Amino acid sequence: MARITASVYTSHVPAIGAAMDLGKTHEPYWQPMFAGYDFSRQWLRENTPDVILMVYNDHATAFSLDMIPTFALGTAAEYQVADEGWGPRPVPKVTGHPELASHIAQSVIQQDFDLTIVNKMDVDHGLTVPLSLMCGEKDPVKDAWPCPVIPLAVNVVQYPVPSGMRCLNLGRAIRKAIESYDEDLKVQIWGTGGMSHQLQGARAGLINKAWDNRFLDLLIENPVGLAEIPHIEYVREAGSEGIELVMWLIARGAMADVDQARPLPKVVHRFYHVPASNTAVGHLIMENPV
Amino acid sequence: MALEKPYLDVPGTIIFDAEQSRKGYWLNQFCVSLMKADNRARFKANERAYLDEWPMSEEQKQAVLARDLNWCMRTGGNIYFLARIGATDGKSFQQMAGSMTGMSEDEYRAMMVAGGRSAEGNRYLGEDGDAQPQHQPQGHAGRDAQAKGH
Repeated sequence: MARITASVYTSHVPAIGAAMDLGKTHEPYWQPMFAGYDFSRQWLRENTPDVILMVYNDHATAFSLDMIPTFALGTAAEYQVADEGWGPRPVPKVTGHPELASHIAQSVIQQDFDLTIVNKMDVDHGLTVPLSLMCGEKDPVKDAWPCPVIPLAVNVVQYPVPSGMRCLNLGRAIRKAIESYDEDLKVQIWGTGGMSHQLQGARAGLINKAWDNRFLDLLIENPVGLAEIPHIEYVREAGSEGIELVMWLIARGAMADVDQARPLPKVVHRFYHVPASNTAVGHLIMENPV
Repeated sequence: MALEKPYLDVPGTIIFDAEQSRKGYWLNQFCVSLMKADNRARFKANERAYLDEWPMSEEQKQAVLARDLNWCMRTGGNIYFLARIGATDGKSFQQMAGSMTGMSEDEYRAMMVAGGRSAEGNRYLGEDGDAQPQHQPQGHAGRDAQAKGH
């Protein structure tokens, strides 16, 4: 049986990818941010899963205004790294896991989540920056990511985005889907985006450390309560783009304690840093009890 | 029945909802076209001619030519789409976001390094935070405007 062993939460700021691609990670501006991921890289080397299910959002890259799917699951064998206007990031292409992805799609749709199924798309910084943060620098040709990745793209660009509760419940459905897969696979689910940031208007640059840290506390201890927070609170308190944080609830909803009488997941790492470009960086790693 | 839009009283913020998306469809799709290197080159060679290939409003074209991202947003632009214009110009997200506040690039960067903009006074229109309409533009530009008696 496949099972979810751990969940990872991290921001996916494009400037982080640019800092790695341009060799700036040791500059004083960036060093404290990357230091927060030293533990995580070691942890991932010691706890490499068979598959990562990556919850992220596309930033007007694969999905223009021609199509705006709320939840889009990638079932392709591989995904190319997108040219977002600066040229593609120099990182390896992403290998998918079509068998498990198709299984999840069927199971989750049968649990009343009407996913869009995607067999061809490029992936942008929303997906590649978390991989870079957790895996370190990778040569685009000679290296590969440590395991296959299943992309789950969530619309957080055009309002209304899915509610926190809808996201938490999708995570619950994903856990059931994964646990009904026969092959003995270790799966991690990563929730990405956030934390507080606003990229637009006179209010650009908004950061809310107190709100972000409360979000981290609730994500660990009371995810159902956190899922009840309405969109407008994210906008007012964490900035218009801070709404990306609803995606973390999908990963949290897939942890064992949400549906079963289990202890809270073990928090093995927690990190928070301001700023990376316009954004507060938050990061958590939680392990399911064995 | 009117739709619920609880986000119209957040200062300095335009939420990209279905109505904005409809208004900005061609502006945003023009931006998407700049993901192709050939199109970036054609746009740079003659911006007006390239814009005229798109069924955008004249105001949207003027907003793009002026590189006024707040104006682009009012006409339906979304920042993730508008970022393609910035990328074509060689600008980072930080430069683009900063340009919408009136602050210089250095002023905006310094604000972020110091911990970013506070939410205090910036949650609702009518409060007195730095993102409120009565405090625009921000930074030196704002102080200069005040000194001139505006």
